[in-house]
Amino acid sequence: MLHTVNKTPFERNTLDTCLRLAKEGSVLLLIEDGVYGAMQGTSAEGKMKQALHDHAIYVLGPDLKARGLDEGKIIDGIQVIDYGGFVDLAAGNGAVQAWL
Amino acid sequence: MTDEMMDDEEGGGGEVKTFLYVNRKAPYGTIYALESLEVVLIGAAFEQDVSMLFVDDGVYQIKKGQDTTGVEMKNFSPTYRALEMYDVEKLYVDRESLEARGLTEDDLIVPVEILDTEQVQDLMESQDVVLSF
Repeated sequence: MLHTVNKTPFERNTLDTCLRLAKEGSVLLLIEDGVYGAMQGTSAEGKMKQALHDHAIYVLGPDLKARGLDEGKIIDGIQVIDYGGFVDLAAGNGAVQAWL
Repeated sequence: MTDEMMDDEEGGGGEVKTFLYVNRKAPYGTIYALESLEVVLIGAAFEQDVSMLFVDDGVYQIKKGQDTTGVEMKNFSPTYRALEMYDVEKLYVDRESLEARGLTEDDLIVPVEILDTEQVQDLMESQDVVLSF
């Protein structure tokens, strides 16, 4: 299944709960304020790197760009996709759980 | 309306899907909890296979003893006890969320099944549709 996260990891526990309850092999996509969790050098970097062992992780490019975040500074292994890629993930991974 | 007409409206076969409603917000502070309940009842009316899961602050939705008379909001917690009449009988609670809030099963207004992390993962993966509130 696909898990989307749209909240910043620094204000809410949304990302933490997603990472705990997403089964190994499921796919994660960071959108909206969730994209802050994709950046290098933050307090969330460790858990994101750990999560990359169990999940493919994507981040939505337009949301990075909107927030002035540099695609070159995202955590190695997280893949940037556009809206078309979002559609492909949603269509190709069964049910979608939106962590709000 | 005749039974035949009902069958037609359901698309001839009445395919039943599994629907999981994931609740992560406390009641009253936002509209999520109440909206979730309404959508759950709609799903149940269409005779789908409905389950509810309470995670994080969502466990506060089914806390006993809610009394909203002082805040001029509708206390909708009794509705959770009525879900059984709509054949919504599968209520699950994430154990870690419950324990993190100092609550036990005795604090809840409805009978629930308490799940460990791995059981919650499997529950979500087993669903046709997941709706998140």
